[in-house]
Amino acid sequence: MSQATAAAAHRPLPREPEPGTRRLNTAKAIQEAIASQMAADPSVFVMGEDVGAYGGIFSSTTGLLERFGPERVLDTPISESAFIGLGIGAAVEGMRPVVELMFVDFFGVCMDQIYNHMAKIHYESGGHVRVPMVLMTAVGGGYSDGAQHSQTLWGTFAHLPGMKVVVPSNPYDAKGLMTAAIRSDDPVVYMFHKGVMGLAWMAKNQRSIGAVPEGDYVVPIGKARVAREGADVSIVTLSLSVHHSLDVAEKLAPEGISVEVLDLRSLVPLDRGAVIATAAKTGRVIVVDEDYRSFGLSGEIAATITEHDPSLLKSFSRVCVPDVPIPYARELEYAVLPTSARIEAAVRKAVAA
Amino acid sequence: MTVQSTEVASGLTTEGRQELLRRMILMRTFEEAVLRDYHADKSPGFDIGAGLIPGEMHLSAGQEPVAAGVCAHLETRDALTATHRPHHLAIGKGMNLRSLAGEIFGRETGLGHGRGGHMHLFDPATHFSCSGIVAEGFPSALGQAFAFQRAGSRNVAVAVAGEGAANAGPFHESLNLAALWKLPVVFVIEDNDWGISVARAASTSVPSNAVRAVGYGIPGLRVEDNDVEAVHAAAGAAVARARAGQGPSLIEVHTLRLWGHFEGDAQGYRPELAQVPDRDPIPAYEKRLRDAGALGDEELEEMKASALTQVADAVEHAKAAPTPNPDEARKYVFVEGRIS
Repeated sequence: MSQATAAAAHRPLPREPEPGTRRLNTAKAIQEAIASQMAADPSVFVMGEDVGAYGGIFSSTTGLLERFGPERVLDTPISESAFIGLGIGAAVEGMRPVVELMFVDFFGVCMDQIYNHMAKIHYESGGHVRVPMVLMTAVGGGYSDGAQHSQTLWGTFAHLPGMKVVVPSNPYDAKGLMTAAIRSDDPVVYMFHKGVMGLAWMAKNQRSIGAVPEGDYVVPIGKARVAREGADVSIVTLSLSVHHSLDVAEKLAPEGISVEVLDLRSLVPLDRGAVIATAAKTGRVIVVDEDYRSFGLSGEIAATITEHDPSLLKSFSRVCVPDVPIPYARELEYAVLPTSARIEAAVRKAVAA
Repeated sequence: MTVQSTEVASGLTTEGRQELLRRMILMRTFEEAVLRDYHADKSPGFDIGAGLIPGEMHLSAGQEPVAAGVCAHLETRDALTATHRPHHLAIGKGMNLRSLAGEIFGRETGLGHGRGGHMHLFDPATHFSCSGIVAEGFPSALGQAFAFQRAGSRNVAVAVAGEGAANAGPFHESLNLAALWKLPVVFVIEDNDWGISVARAASTSVPSNAVRAVGYGIPGLRVEDNDVEAVHAAAGAAVARARAGQGPSLIEVHTLRLWGHFEGDAQGYRPELAQVPDRDPIPAYEKRLRDAGALGDEELEEMKASALTQVADAVEHAKAAPTPNPDEARKYVFVEGRIS
């Protein structure tokens, strides 16, 4: 084990509270984080399409209008450039906007505001201007919404410098990461997968409902979490795929296959130390990523490990969307998503090699 | 509605008129200095990335009346967002010339410690910002206005862009939202007839963007000539309206780009180029003030000498300043000192 790996392995875990016994779904956990920050800080406000009376298309803002009123929870026209830019200008003036882009797939109509302005102003200003803004957006497929409403695209945002990219997988992290995002002085892109929100009207993993502390707490941005300890093979993943990976790990445990699951929790900053530590531990790494396969997260993880020490890896593989637009028909969509079946096959292959 | 300068009762005192001229002379003097240093070491063969001032350079000579006329009404706390052609507006807003020159020369003393360059100037001291992307400065101006509105201040945000920007989506989204939420914004369109090399007539479907403003429920006014007092009058009304909580306005000024879109632009597309120098608004305003008995030789000389002194100081300071430390190229991507 190299010095850097040893340091990573012995790094103290961030202090987070015990989850307690109260259970929430992820959507409620997000709402609770936003509400508590709005109550604590009058400069926090929420803005976007259908975030008011509707409560957010994926329930990210339910209840906020009733509690805080239309002065702080603002429904916007369908003008993403204008209202995301409005968030930037307000953030520059010291407010803390939480702005929702309904589906990440819509980023094309407003990407200039995001990557040329929100992400770059702090750098271009030589550190003199801050943009403490959260851009939250829904990602992910699995319910036949087709190629323009089912992408994850986190690799695109992570590739462009200047914004932190956060992707929670469960209610506990969702609340703690949203609290951290709102308090951050940097622009944060907060991407929630529809499949982890715990909504009644779409298929949900059982872990999309879980224990959440009632008080405020922060899950630090940039610290991965070992979701399950294991010895034979490491799955490096995030978001909904964490749950599929945990399901596979549980299924294979009785066969004596020990799977470690690393939940990255954020792509920027990326917890490279945790990636290297799990690779050093098992030597077999599988990246499960619901984003497109090429030029994205999975390649980044491979590069991170091999740049550190190529001899760490006995095997490496990836379970991703194979560079096709997300298809509509259920049979086609589930053929390209990183399903439990595909993950299980990858694990069996890795341990057999 | 459109106005000609002859219709304008300026309400300006002699001192006010002299101040407008003084600001325009300072803007032009600064641009002339940048022009000299920009080209000095790029010849004989033009090499855009070489020399003391590297990169693209968009100078605003001829458009000074817009900056002087609008900025005369602005307080330090008011926000101004400009475009890739920002120097006249930065100076009009009161930016420290050393900080401006430092950034243009790519020095550690510049506004962005050399990370922004002349198209990306951010100055919290004067509430000045700009964007190198056409039309994309409009939305953030809405947000500044929103913050002022929420804070209960009487400050306003001014977004300035060229007539080409009014054909881009963010302009239209911003007008709609500003009108809808009655934001204290003044949209200013600098119509210099040219979107790089494409004539206004070949790119814009209406004769005046004032018409477009009216379509969004916003008062629109076109100042038909490049006269600083006409701009001053129009901007005064728009700023007062915004300060009074009555919402946004749009002013379009038919102005003049004396030089190329960027330095190195031979302007072969521009048939009227030979007549352009005759329409320089600064000598025209000098003459107008002289004819009105509001300006003497001595005062004019003093304005020019003062501008030369200030600009020379800024340029010398920039040239003597250290260049940024290459080891710090990654600094300022994120705010330092915060974990989350």
